Amino acid sequence: MNKILILFAHPLFEKSRVHTALVKSIPASGNITFHDLYEKYPDFNVRIAQEKTLLLEHDIIILQHPFYWYSIPPLLKQWIDLVLEFGWAYGPGGEALRDKIIFNVVSSGGTEEAYSSEGRNRFTIRQFLAPIEQTALLCHMNYIAPYVVHGTHLLTPEAIAGQAARYRALLDLLPGTPIDTLKNFDGKYLNELVTK
Amino acid sequence: MEGSFLKTALVFLASAVVFVPIAKKLGMGSVLGYLVAGIVIGPFVLSFVGTEGQDIMHVAEFGVVMMLFLIGLELDPREFWKMRKSIVGLGVLQMGLTAIVLGALGYFLLGYTHPTSLAVSLALAMSSTAIVLQTLKEKGLSRSSSGQSAFSVLLFQDIMVIPILAILPLLASSGLHEMESDHSLIDGLPGWLQTMLVISAVGGIFFVGKYIVVPLLRMISKTRLREMFTAAALLLVVGVAYLMELVGLSPALGTFLAGVVLANSEFKHELESDLDPFKGLLLGLFFIGVGASINFTLIANEPMLLTTLVFSVMVVKGLVLFLTGRIFGIRKDQNLMFCILLSQVGEFAFVLLTFSRQLQLLDTYWTEIMMAVTAMSMTITPLLLLVNERLIDPYFGTKEEVPRKAADIIDENNSVILVGFGHFGSTIGRFLRANGIKATILDNDSDRVELLRKMGFTVYYGDATRIDLLRSAGAENAKLLIAAIDSPETNAALVAIVKKHFPHIHVMARARNRNDAYELMDMGVTDIYRETLYTSVHMAIDVLKKLGFRSYTATRKAMDFIHYDEAALEKLSKHRHEMKDYIMNVKEQIEMQEKLLSEDLHLGLTSEDHAWDSDVMRKS
Repeated sequence: MNKILILFAHPLFEKSRVHTALVKSIPASGNITFHDLYEKYPDFNVRIAQEKTLLLEHDIIILQHPFYWYSIPPLLKQWIDLVLEFGWAYGPGGEALRDKIIFNVVSSGGTEEAYSSEGRNRFTIRQFLAPIEQTALLCHMNYIAPYVVHGTHLLTPEAIAGQAARYRALLDLLPGTPIDTLKNFDGKYLNELVTK
Repeated sequence: MEGSFLKTALVFLASAVVFVPIAKKLGMGSVLGYLVAGIVIGPFVLSFVGTEGQDIMHVAEFGVVMMLFLIGLELDPREFWKMRKSIVGLGVLQMGLTAIVLGALGYFLLGYTHPTSLAVSLALAMSSTAIVLQTLKEKGLSRSSSGQSAFSVLLFQDIMVIPILAILPLLASSGLHEMESDHSLIDGLPGWLQTMLVISAVGGIFFVGKYIVVPLLRMISKTRLREMFTAAALLLVVGVAYLMELVGLSPALGTFLAGVVLANSEFKHELESDLDPFKGLLLGLFFIGVGASINFTLIANEPMLLTTLVFSVMVVKGLVLFLTGRIFGIRKDQNLMFCILLSQVGEFAFVLLTFSRQLQLLDTYWTEIMMAVTAMSMTITPLLLLVNERLIDPYFGTKEEVPRKAADIIDENNSVILVGFGHFGSTIGRFLRANGIKATILDNDSDRVELLRKMGFTVYYGDATRIDLLRSAGAENAKLLIAAIDSPETNAALVAIVKKHFPHIHVMARARNRNDAYELMDMGVTDIYRETLYTSVHMAIDVLKKLGFRSYTATRKAMDFIHYDEAALEKLSKHRHEMKDYIMNVKEQIEMQEKLLSEDLHLGLTSEDHAWDSDVMRKS
């Protein structure tokens, strides 16, 4: 069974309809650890040793966050800066995270069409996330396609409930899916695993 | 009563102490316990007390007066004003209909004259404030719709006692003159002057309450003599009751108004907890008196008549109440409660019946009979409530439980209690208020309380290490208690009391230093805030900055330090237990300090992480 670590970063979680529903749908399972970064480190003083231990205990790392300004929230960047240490995650002897799966779970106000070379935002979500992808590569991890909830401002409560149910299905599926299968996933969004 | 005072007190107290706990244990409520105690010590069982049951009741009626003062305290004026429609509406309907039906029955079936049947029916229309309110409080129903409606009706009845006392002499063809002396001081005055005096007495209560009593209480509280405050509280109630009697108004109504006036003052909780035991004992005495005054000889002689009378009076009252409840839209299960609650004949009937006899509206025989009916109906009510609770209520399914609870939380119980509003506590209070959290604040410095109230805080005066004060501040329903008293000893005492008596409350405590913190940890407090930690560390950040450190680096180091220090505190707290002596002497304090300093080196506080530091990469 794969162990999953959800690194959740949302600076105003209490006002987010989508993330509230997604987080609520996370199954209570010994294989899944939900880690609320803004709740744990409101002062941005990420405790490095604790975070390293957590990473070592899990096989799949999920970065769940809103997509403000085409990027990850600042605390998540702080987390990356502090935890992925030279000589531990990368560089000489930096092998601690080798072969782990990592991907983003992103909510975005824009539609899928807006995030394309013809759309308003000119780039795809995956393209915007290139720094994360490269960070993962540098740390010898397998970065796979993001799981995306688009057009969040327009979602009806029913649609949000549907999104939450699919996210739950994904999290039910992941522990039993072989790492190799995940590593070779070549779709655009990881959503395809649960919509097909 | 000729026997020594001690003997009488012994009999009353002993009977209460024996019977009330038994009644409580059997789930019958204290009222029934007191009544049984009264019957047992009364002339027909053990005859410890003779016929003075009635006299005792007159003294003990003061308990009802006190109870209405306390009820007034819990009701702020705005809430009272909102109730005016239900008071008048429910009251008029209940009293009017009951008096008409009972009067007609008396006239046609018992052959009473018009005036007599009116006098008796008005007396019988009264319900017992003492029994009903005590029961409501014990069963926690004061906020339910049946409780609120019952309270409205009772308040209206209390108000009506005065006009009824005024009308009765007009009904009587004779005996008018004997009564004059028995009445109030202002009877001889012309009507308009009487009205003026009554209005000014009521106005006086508001004025005196606001501008004299509150400053006076402040002054007394500064003496820090608790018994002086109790004395002042009693004086207040006695004074108001006396003033009301002087102008011919109901003392109960007067003290109720005085209570409403003081409901918004900072002394609310202190007054409540000071007067509560007096009220309880006097009410108990009153119920014992009722029990002792039941005339069993009469019951034995006229069993059929009395049973029929009690039954029909209670049924008529109950039916009228049911109709009233229906008209005012009380829900079915609540309405049943409302009917049973108010179906008895109340203590005011004793007053009105005695008065009627003096006016020769009623002969001695019928007065005795009606008095017996009153006492019997009062005894039956708690039994009926018990039957309702056990056998009938469960079949009605949905109760009002949910909305009632929600209202409670908003109305009177804030879920946070903040104790100590000095520089430390007030900062917490301001921050909470800025974020829309209303805490119940307790402080025992009356000067400060006054100032803060002027600034719009809800602060109550009192010694928070008193369990009763904590209880009236809502400790039973509170979620959090913040112990922020200046004196560490008092703060620790408070925490100990809360942990013992209100274990459900989560305590967050201020500690002056490391040693206070250890003590709090021993009491099981997990959220401890040392005054000497955070400020010192913040100052140290600025020292580092003055020495050339970058602000962010110094701040990160400081946050690491706090984290480390809190972990070390816990660790050393365990070590402290291994030391022989509980109280630390200077030598041991130094030893602790030494251990702390050596831990600093061991735990790698001085080691650094390499975030954003490319030196490490360049070296390798």
